[in-house]
Amino acid sequence: MDVPAIEVRGLSKRYGEGEAGVDALKGVDMRIAPGEVVGLIGPSGSGKSTLLKCLGAVIEPTGGYMALGGRTVFDGGWKIRDLRSLRRDNIGFVFQAPYLIPFLDVTDNVALLPMLAGKSNREARRQAAELLEALDVGHRAKAAPSELSGGEQQRVAIARALVNRPPVVLADEPTAPLDSERALNVMRILNRMAEQYRTAIIVVTHDEKIIPTFRRLYRIRDGRTFEEAGEGRAT
Amino acid sequence: MISLAGRDILHHWAKYVFTGVGLGLLIGVTLSMAGIYRGMVDDAQVLLRSSGADIWAVQQETLGPYAEPSNLRDDAYRAILGIPGVAEASNVTYLTMQIRQGERDVRVMAVGFEPGRPGEPPFLVAGRRIARSHYEVVADVRTGFRLGERVRIRRHEYEVVGLTRRMVSSSGDPMVFLPLKDAQEAQFLKDNDAIVNERARTASNPALNRPGVPGLLDAILASQTASRSVNAVLVRVASGHEAEQVAENIRRWKHLEAYTRAQMEEILVAKLIETSARQIATFLVILAIVSAAIVSFIIYTMTLGKLRELAVLKLIGTPNRTIAAMILQQSLGLGLIGFVIGKTVATLWAPYFPKYVLLLPGDAVRGLAATIVVCAIASLLAIRVALKVDPATAIGG
Repeated sequence: MDVPAIEVRGLSKRYGEGEAGVDALKGVDMRIAPGEVVGLIGPSGSGKSTLLKCLGAVIEPTGGYMALGGRTVFDGGWKIRDLRSLRRDNIGFVFQAPYLIPFLDVTDNVALLPMLAGKSNREARRQAAELLEALDVGHRAKAAPSELSGGEQQRVAIARALVNRPPVVLADEPTAPLDSERALNVMRILNRMAEQYRTAIIVVTHDEKIIPTFRRLYRIRDGRTFEEAGEGRAT
Repeated sequence: MISLAGRDILHHWAKYVFTGVGLGLLIGVTLSMAGIYRGMVDDAQVLLRSSGADIWAVQQETLGPYAEPSNLRDDAYRAILGIPGVAEASNVTYLTMQIRQGERDVRVMAVGFEPGRPGEPPFLVAGRRIARSHYEVVADVRTGFRLGERVRIRRHEYEVVGLTRRMVSSSGDPMVFLPLKDAQEAQFLKDNDAIVNERARTASNPALNRPGVPGLLDAILASQTASRSVNAVLVRVASGHEAEQVAENIRRWKHLEAYTRAQMEEILVAKLIETSARQIATFLVILAIVSAAIVSFIIYTMTLGKLRELAVLKLIGTPNRTIAAMILQQSLGLGLIGFVIGKTVATLWAPYFPKYVLLLPGDAVRGLAATIVVCAIASLLAIRVALKVDPATAIGG
């Protein structure tokens, strides 16, 4: 296996102190290769969102180890001071709802990230346009998010997550609001993008329709992950 | 980098424009209040300049004709003329009164002056100067009088022969200039019934109506009806002499109070309109607080309305300074929209105020600076809320 895009060992997270504290994660292990799309499934309250927040460097784990692209980012404590830049350059996010910025058009919603990373407006917009074309929403480049259908909005959100070519994309229930056909289409896009950009994508889902599309699954229960082989059915 | 503030303003343009209009009207009122104060100061300065005097000689222990009643004998000017450095001296009277014009009353300051001497209106915009000794007036255009119109002042009718402009009292009443004798009569002469009554009382007084002294009673009655008082003597100083030195000589040798132009300006600006100035300043502070509250409330509610977007922006790596700058720019943008509207409306409605409103460019610049500061302060609460948004809230769970 190549250097993993993301590697997690014994990751734990405890909310609160003493007897009132709750262990949301009790030693999570994950290893995901570049270009791989894995599912993360589990019942409500099992720790999925906490894990996603830890992986996204949004909350600090209590213990364990985490590396992105072979670079240690957490080892009992953050090894990187500027977590905002870490997220901007290394982690893409796709949410259950697209959460596009309503006052920016489609191109600028996507181009904002490369601009924040220091790219020129022209270069950032070129990158955004290229990705939007690849996701079949290039023709809506000047539209406002409110003018797009739900599926189009989700594709723009995927473009935003991928535009800085991050090694890891975290997708939180990205197909929840979509019907079967659109949900499978989103998964098709994620698989294609993961392969094309060598990005590891972790998809948190409850969606029974898309579970068979994963080759590998992590099932999370009581704060621990259990690796399973998926069906890997073609989308 | 994209202007996030600019895009958000364009996205919510209607909210911004309507809030900007409301804020603009407030700023317009603020600028107008400042303009009213400036107008009062300017009116006072014009009043002093147009009188053509360097020194005002008035009754002892009074502040002069504009601030307090002052009464001098009308021959005091002769003694003043004898003081070294006095080039000209002339009597003037000032009386605030109502003049009937058709169906309406016009409040004016009637100025009695001696034609060709200090106290005369410095210029006319229509008509001619007073040429006869009686029953002609020159009026400020704000009285609404027309050339040739006849107006009644006390017992007599006067013809308006000339019009002047920007001649108002310290309280903003337009001036009407009339010959000194007529003005003295209007101010000091008793009504006919009072004169008849006074004559009867005098005639019944044996000390004043002695049988053996023919002419005594007539002389006393004549002195009772004569108007020999004026309110001030305007003095013009000869070149080469210091006004303060001449004023000091008048105080010392003539037992009168004498004020130089600088001192009279101090009385008018610092004393007479001081209460008004404080009133206006208080009002300006209240308006600034109200404006800040409005901007603060609008920016705060707009920020609360996009907490999710702010969480997403923070999650994808937008620096705090970019988010703070966005909110600050929105607040300043709102202030600038408001200022442009405020300056425009203040300029448009200034001529319709009954009193002179002087809008100075310097005040506009200060108003703009105050608007920027107020808007910057008003954005602090919203910035604080935005910076406290947890990026984790963008992720469910």
